[in-house]
Amino acid sequence: MAKIRIPTPLRAFTGGAADIDVAGGTVGEALNNLVEQHPELRAHLFNEDELRSFVNIFIGDEDIRFLQGLDTEIEATESLRIIPSIAGGRGQRMEN
Amino acid sequence: MLVKISGELRQRIFDQMEATYPNEGGGFLLGENEENEVTVRDIIQVRNVFAVEEQHHRYAMTPQDWMRLEDQADDLGLSLVGYYHSHPDSPALPSEYDREHALPNFVYIITSVAMGRAEDMRAWRLLADRSRFDALQLRID
Repeated sequence: MAKIRIPTPLRAFTGGAADIDVAGGTVGEALNNLVEQHPELRAHLFNEDELRSFVNIFIGDEDIRFLQGLDTEIEATESLRIIPSIAGGRGQRMEN
Repeated sequence: MLVKISGELRQRIFDQMEATYPNEGGGFLLGENEENEVTVRDIIQVRNVFAVEEQHHRYAMTPQDWMRLEDQADDLGLSLVGYYHSHPDSPALPSEYDREHALPNFVYIITSVAMGRAEDMRAWRLLADRSRFDALQLRID
């Protein structure tokens, strides 16, 4: 089975496990299998059926956005990794 | 939840955030995550990769930064427990932009830098239903 590495903050939803075995022939199928096993992950990975903009899926060093996205085919021995894009920024400017 | 950080690490964050003013700066918090208590053991500044003209109100890291530092934390026997960034001339309160990009179970330390001087640091955590941030107790040891 393929494996998906879970980012540290989301391991609270996988019982602390860093790597989860998943079934599926594409990245999308593997992610669906992941959230079937660990449903609390869904809200943080997906906005409805779309991956959240800050959620990146890597196969090795390659971002799936530069492959075929969720339709990217994977081998049973593939290692995937979920990587959040960290971003932030202020709201309103303070009055000085 | 309680977040513990040393006065020395807080000062290092203040110094970094003043140095990046008027742009936003940030980095990762490494430490230990226990039930209802997070201890920050180290901080690692990470370059802001947002478009330069937007850096006065936006901060971002690359996914490669995350991979490298998550592996580094694992090797040190620590965890990525959160991240810090600055809000230049703006309060140390999470914005809607912060909420949209946030993860649960992660400490968000925000430093307000007013007129080039870091003057307020607060800690926050996204609720599991993603609806809002909760203010955390921040203890300087």
